[in-house]
Amino acid sequence: MTKSTPLHGLHQSLGAKLVPFAGWEMPLQYEGVIAEHLWCRSNAGLFDVSHMAVIELWGADAATALERITPAGITTLAVGRQRYGLLLNDTGGVVDDFMVTNWGEHLTMVANASRRDADMAFLSQHLDDVDIVERPDISLIAIQGPRAAEAVASLSTDGPELIDEMVFLDNRLAALATGSGPVSVAVARSGYTGEDGFELAVDGADVQALAEALLANEAVKPAGLGARDTLRLEAGLCLYGNDLDETTSPVEADLVWSMPKRRREAGDFLGAARVQAELADGPSRVRVGLAPGGKRPVRDGATLSGTGHTDGSAGTVSSGGFGPSVERPVAMAYVHPDLKESGTELEADVRGKSVACTVADLPFAPHNYRR
Amino acid sequence: MLAPENLRYSSDHEWIKSEEGGRVRVGITDFAQDALGDIVFVELPELDAAIEAGASIAEVESTKSVSDIYAPVSGKVVEVNDELNDEPQKLNSDPYGDGWIFVVEVQDQAQVDALLDAAAYGELTEG
Repeated sequence: MTKSTPLHGLHQSLGAKLVPFAGWEMPLQYEGVIAEHLWCRSNAGLFDVSHMAVIELWGADAATALERITPAGITTLAVGRQRYGLLLNDTGGVVDDFMVTNWGEHLTMVANASRRDADMAFLSQHLDDVDIVERPDISLIAIQGPRAAEAVASLSTDGPELIDEMVFLDNRLAALATGSGPVSVAVARSGYTGEDGFELAVDGADVQALAEALLANEAVKPAGLGARDTLRLEAGLCLYGNDLDETTSPVEADLVWSMPKRRREAGDFLGAARVQAELADGPSRVRVGLAPGGKRPVRDGATLSGTGHTDGSAGTVSSGGFGPSVERPVAMAYVHPDLKESGTELEADVRGKSVACTVADLPFAPHNYRR
Repeated sequence: MLAPENLRYSSDHEWIKSEEGGRVRVGITDFAQDALGDIVFVELPELDAAIEAGASIAEVESTKSVSDIYAPVSGKVVEVNDELNDEPQKLNSDPYGDGWIFVVEVQDQAQVDALLDAAAYGELTEG
């Protein structure tokens, strides 16, 4: 049974092309992927991300407990702050990537829709001292782009300063004005496009009024999963299932920054043996940016060859496509460490055709977070 | 979706326009471009190539996916639309005009006559 979010009717009325995604019927696009992508980078795009899993962890020791299964810093996360982290299995592979906020009394995780069942089983298995509460009643919308702040701030019933003064990864409760009156919203200054913006958590009963209030602003247009994917790819951000899976380690994924020194050195988390070994000796492959020459996109699954690593043994593309802002194909790949330096020349096998590619610095489009 | 009356169509969502000298011009339909979404790359067939009806001879790639373009009839490729190398988005903006892909010198006119007319293609895409 395919699920739909409380914004399903709104998507239809906005002319969305709806597609199945991780068990949900979600908008792929409205006006078109490229137009939505470019609008988001120059104005503000509104994304329904209500399919994502919202999971609360309650209990005095929830942060300490969560650190058993993630190398992220959780006990050091201040109240009202959010952080990116990875759940690791006992072999150091990524079970999921997530955002977590410390609300003081509890933690709230936002995780991938495609990993909801796996995450819940994993959390239940390892956190028997924590009260784990899934919140399907909460809807999430992301508003991303350089004009997202003005759109959100203009709805703040306690004044725009409450929103304007927030910096990247702040999360706070605010009342936002809608056609149905003010609604209570957890406003996180974060997102997954590389742009400044917010992820808004709101009761499912209020989400349509909130979305309509935001869309009433001429700076805001709806954007679908297609643009979300091209935006995150240009921003060099990992997509679970493409760039991360249960065999991928944080070191391979070049996500060492998500593991503070205290955690890396202590090794007091599931999968730490592999993480520490790879930090000491280097991983057997590593995620890099890849710039295909010419115009032909190079997509996930394409194998790579390079000096000393022939016949596709240099690595594999994990995400790839056309980057509307950079106006050329962009990709990410896992390659042999010998070939990870920017400027290294590789060849991708795209359905039997060889495409010259160059290892490139990430991100392809600069991050514009409000620090 | 728009499907002009004066064209023929393949079940692979190509349009075929008969021109002088036993030639046909080929592109993808409005239905196809809408289903594909924003087109970002076109691999043109080779000029002068001999093609067999039904064979994959070109590719159209959108932000979402890659699709093969099949030869609607047998013959020889006598023109390709080089402008699509720099402006593949013409397939979206003008699928029946500037978005044409190639021209074939037809081997057997009966193959053209056997293609769908606009009404039959309309039924295919409505159904």
